[in-house]
Amino acid sequence: MLVMRGIVKQFPGVRALDGVDLDVSAGEVHCLLGQNGAGKSTLIKVLAGVHQPDQGTIEFNGAQVRAGSPIDAIRLGFATIYQELDLVDGLSVAENIFLGHEHARAGFVNRGAANRAAAAVLARLGHPEIRPKAEVGRLAPAAKQVVSMARALSHEARLIIMDEPSAALAHDEVANLFRIIRELTAQGVAVVYISHRLEEIREIGDRVTVLKDGRTVAVGLPARDTPTTEIVSLMTGRNVEYVFPPRAAEPPGEEVLRVEGLGSPGAFADVSFSVRAGEIVGLAGLVGSGRSEILEAVYGARRASGRVLLSGKTLRRGDVVGTVRQGMGLAPEERKAQALLLDQSVTANITLGSLPEFATFGWMDRAREKAEARRLVEALDIRPPDPERPIKTLSGGNQQKAVLARWLLGGRKLLLLDEPTRGVDVGARAELYAVIRGLADQGIGVLLVSSEVPEVLGLSDRVLVLREGTVIHQGDAQELDEHRVLDMIMDGRAA
Amino acid sequence: MSNPAEAGPQNRLAVRAPGPLAWLGEARHLGLVVALVLLAIVGLVTKPENFATTSNLVSILSLAATIGVITVGATFVIIGGGIDLSVGATMALASVWATTLATQAYGPAVMAVCAILVGTGTGLVNGLLIAYGRLVPFIATLAMLVAARGLAQRMSDRKTQIIQSDNGAIVDLSTTRLLGVPLLVYIFALVVVLGWILLNRTTFGRRTYAVGGNPEAARLAGINVRRHTMLLYALSGLCCGIAAILIMARTTTGSSTHGDLYELDAIAAVIIGGTLLTGGRGTIIGSILGLLIFTLITNLFILNGLNTSDQLIAKGLIIVVAVLLQRRNLKERAP
Repeated sequence: MLVMRGIVKQFPGVRALDGVDLDVSAGEVHCLLGQNGAGKSTLIKVLAGVHQPDQGTIEFNGAQVRAGSPIDAIRLGFATIYQELDLVDGLSVAENIFLGHEHARAGFVNRGAANRAAAAVLARLGHPEIRPKAEVGRLAPAAKQVVSMARALSHEARLIIMDEPSAALAHDEVANLFRIIRELTAQGVAVVYISHRLEEIREIGDRVTVLKDGRTVAVGLPARDTPTTEIVSLMTGRNVEYVFPPRAAEPPGEEVLRVEGLGSPGAFADVSFSVRAGEIVGLAGLVGSGRSEILEAVYGARRASGRVLLSGKTLRRGDVVGTVRQGMGLAPEERKAQALLLDQSVTANITLGSLPEFATFGWMDRAREKAEARRLVEALDIRPPDPERPIKTLSGGNQQKAVLARWLLGGRKLLLLDEPTRGVDVGARAELYAVIRGLADQGIGVLLVSSEVPEVLGLSDRVLVLREGTVIHQGDAQELDEHRVLDMIMDGRAA
Repeated sequence: MSNPAEAGPQNRLAVRAPGPLAWLGEARHLGLVVALVLLAIVGLVTKPENFATTSNLVSILSLAATIGVITVGATFVIIGGGIDLSVGATMALASVWATTLATQAYGPAVMAVCAILVGTGTGLVNGLLIAYGRLVPFIATLAMLVAARGLAQRMSDRKTQIIQSDNGAIVDLSTTRLLGVPLLVYIFALVVVLGWILLNRTTFGRRTYAVGGNPEAARLAGINVRRHTMLLYALSGLCCGIAAILIMARTTTGSSTHGDLYELDAIAAVIIGGTLLTGGRGTIIGSILGLLIFTLITNLFILNGLNTSDQLIAKGLIIVVAVLLQRRNLKERAP
């Protein structure tokens, strides 16, 4: 029914899709597998009309089609249910379902008809208890998922793309989701299903296509009986070789961070570990496994139960200011949104976390500030080596170095790094790895989160593997390989 | 991606050492200075006998002084990502409180302190509501605008309160001249200089830019964003208190009608001066230049005996043109 050939999509700096093929037949559940960054999301967006492919063809029911915009895609019969739900919280269930194709005459919405039609769609989905007039913002995540699905159905879609639909669902709700999917496929609707959970793919999927680094590496594998090892090695075997700096020769120093029984409902539970001075500890896991949330909780940016001790002192929960004062630093995941003052100079960004160090009674010693910034710009080789340049004119890798430089000031004991190489091109990564190892060699403890398993394994001394909010393995990084970690993450078996 | 990091040497040459008058030559202020000069030329051409006189220039500065002090505070609040609509009403309340018979009995020094305390206190209430009560700044200060003016009316019984002759020291601020310039203009200048220092040379100023530019980044860098936000509104209130003393000096009264619509003039001056309403960017110098442009327009219209309605239309146009020009400026500088 759907045939995609040689799809290429180029973004500034990255080739997100580099020749992807996909064949989907009517009435099948076609699963799309691949690691983070393999190109799944981009491929979906090409189908949804959000992105235009630079090369390649899309055929639908034998005719060549082009989805120039989301509206085009909907007219073609493609509906997409995104990972992050795209519902309008302030509107009612019915209004959300028919958003963009309201039951209207001359601009006036016929609310009665819309509510009745919404009720019919919801009943078909097995959820008659969701009231069409209810405000979407007040619904539980699972109910929102159903509304999202109802919207796709209301379009009379012939191809439904589901991006991690089970991520927000409890176990019994997943069963209901599968029932709906089976009903749809029985009517000849094709479903493209994306999930990291192999057991789900085995249960609901018919065929599997595997993506790696923007390319299709396997087409149409049988979903039920392709061995896990085969799938995992298709997903991993990568071309890009990372260069990691050598690990420290000396054993790590004393414990700087101790986490005891940390828990946050719905995100993670009973997490305990420690980080020693000069040691890099990595957290490996999928998006939604709780890795970033654990970092936030350790930093005090997220409320959680349990205890966090920095150099033996218990930190007050939910108090970022106090945590920073005690000597912790964070390089957050969303560099631009959470770390940088884009309009300000490199210097101002570097010294942001330690302003009192440069001031007497609030008066800034600008000469000393500049000298320190210059020293760090040179030490970390931030390019161009001009501390007065606005930070937004630097490349991603150099911006990230400036964020790391921020925490080299003020005598930090522990640094939390959330996806430190996100948006950094491959060449600059090795430099960042060296900088991070350099931090540890200075006696700073480092807690690292990355969705790229090789990065966690190559950079860390010790690794914690997370799955759905629980630590399922804790051990020496050198004793693990990518294959085994992926096995654990996807199959849920501790090795 | 056109990687700016690779543009290397040429770009580095473009960063030149700042000269003594660099602040005037900076692109973002240059347009404002040119506009000011053009307006002065218009004044010289249309009213050569009246415009360039000492008395006219002094009256321009005296007129600018009151709103000018408020504008300094407003610049901080807006760079910090907020807005303070209550400035005019706060000033009125401070002027009324400081000129009640009860306060006047304690003499001019206590009156001045009273005005400053009332202004700062009002700002502090705004700050508490916004930073800790999580009210939207627009709403919190709108409520304060209405309430403070109401309180001022109640305290004064809607009557204008005249400053008694034994408290003439307050009025002396506008009548006593040093080198031909009234003292209140010096106070205005002092507030501008102190404001500039606070914004550009202290951790407080640095945090203001950080909190306005990216509150999440500021918080994660360990800055107490809430406390700082509160302090910004208290600072704005403090400026309103100082402005109240100036308006008392100029009008010899305290009144609940003082400072009507000052919030609009102050915000307009800040915007014309190139401060982003979204926060994180802006300068004190720009705001003061913006204010002088506004005051000069008023002066030119009065000198030429033109309609005040036309004056409002001209001011509206200036705001739009200034913002359009700045946006083009921003685009050109973007990489």
